Amino acid sequence: MKFGILINEGPYTHQASDTAFLFTKAAVENGHTVSRIFFYHDGVNNSTSLTEPPQDDRNIVDRWSKIAEEHKIDLVVCVAAALRRGIRNENLAKGFRISGLGQLIEAGIQCDRLITFGD
Amino acid sequence: MSEATGGIDMDDESGEGTIKKFMYLNRKAPYGTIYALESLEVVLIAAAFDQDCSLVFMDDGVYQIIKGQHTKNIATKNFSPTYRALEGYDIEKLYVEKESMEARGLTQEDLLVDVQVVDSATLAGIMQEQDVIMSF
Repeated sequence: MKFGILINEGPYTHQASDTAFLFTKAAVENGHTVSRIFFYHDGVNNSTSLTEPPQDDRNIVDRWSKIAEEHKIDLVVCVAAALRRGIRNENLAKGFRISGLGQLIEAGIQCDRLITFGD
Repeated sequence: MSEATGGIDMDDESGEGTIKKFMYLNRKAPYGTIYALESLEVVLIAAAFDQDCSLVFMDDGVYQIIKGQHTKNIATKNFSPTYRALEGYDIEKLYVEKESMEARGLTQEDLLVDVQVVDSATLAGIMQEQDVIMSF
C-alpha cells in the first residue's frame, strides 16, 4: 500500500513525530511504500538542522533524514508554516525540502491512505 | 509552481483527473492555537485541486464560525470573514455536529455561514464515505 503522512506537531514536545516515525519504519519494513511525509503546524520543527538533542536522546531530525534517504521518501515542509517558525533553506536538514500545501493535497490524491499524526 | 496551488504545477500529471472526497475536520477553538487558521489555509489551497471538499466543525471547532469575533485585544488577526468566502471557492458542504453546537449553547443563528447541522451518528455515516479526512 502507498501511504502519505501528515505530521502536525513538533519533535520532543509531542509524541506525534515519534509515532509517525515508528509507523513509517514499520510500513517500509513490511513492504509498503511511504511516498511523502508532509510537515505542517509545529511539525515543521522536525526539519531544522539546528536541532541538538542531548547525546543520550534520539535525534529525531537525523532519523527522518536517514529513513528518507534509505527509502526514497519525499520530506516536504510547508513554506508558510516554516517561515512563521524561522525555518528556511539555510537551516533545513538533509533530505527535506520546502514547498506548498498543494503537496499535501497531492499526497491525499495519489496515496491509498493519508495518515495524520497530531492532536 | 504557483502560489495558488501550493507548489504544484497543475499542468503536470499530479492530479491525474482523480476526484476524491476530502473532509477537513475542525475541532479546535479559533484562537489560542494556530490550528484553525492553518487548517483554513489548507482548505483554500485544496479548492484549487477540484476535489470533492467538505468541512466539519465539531467540539470547540464550532467556535471558529460564530458571529461577532473581535480579536483586537488579543493581538491576533480575525480570520473569520474568510469562512464566508468559501462559497466563492465552490466549498459549500459545511457540517456542524449538533451535539457540539448544543453543548455550547449555540444555535444556527449564531453562525456566520450556512451550514448543515447533523447529529453525531449522521456525521459518522458521512465520514465513512470519505477518501481522505484531515483532522485539525
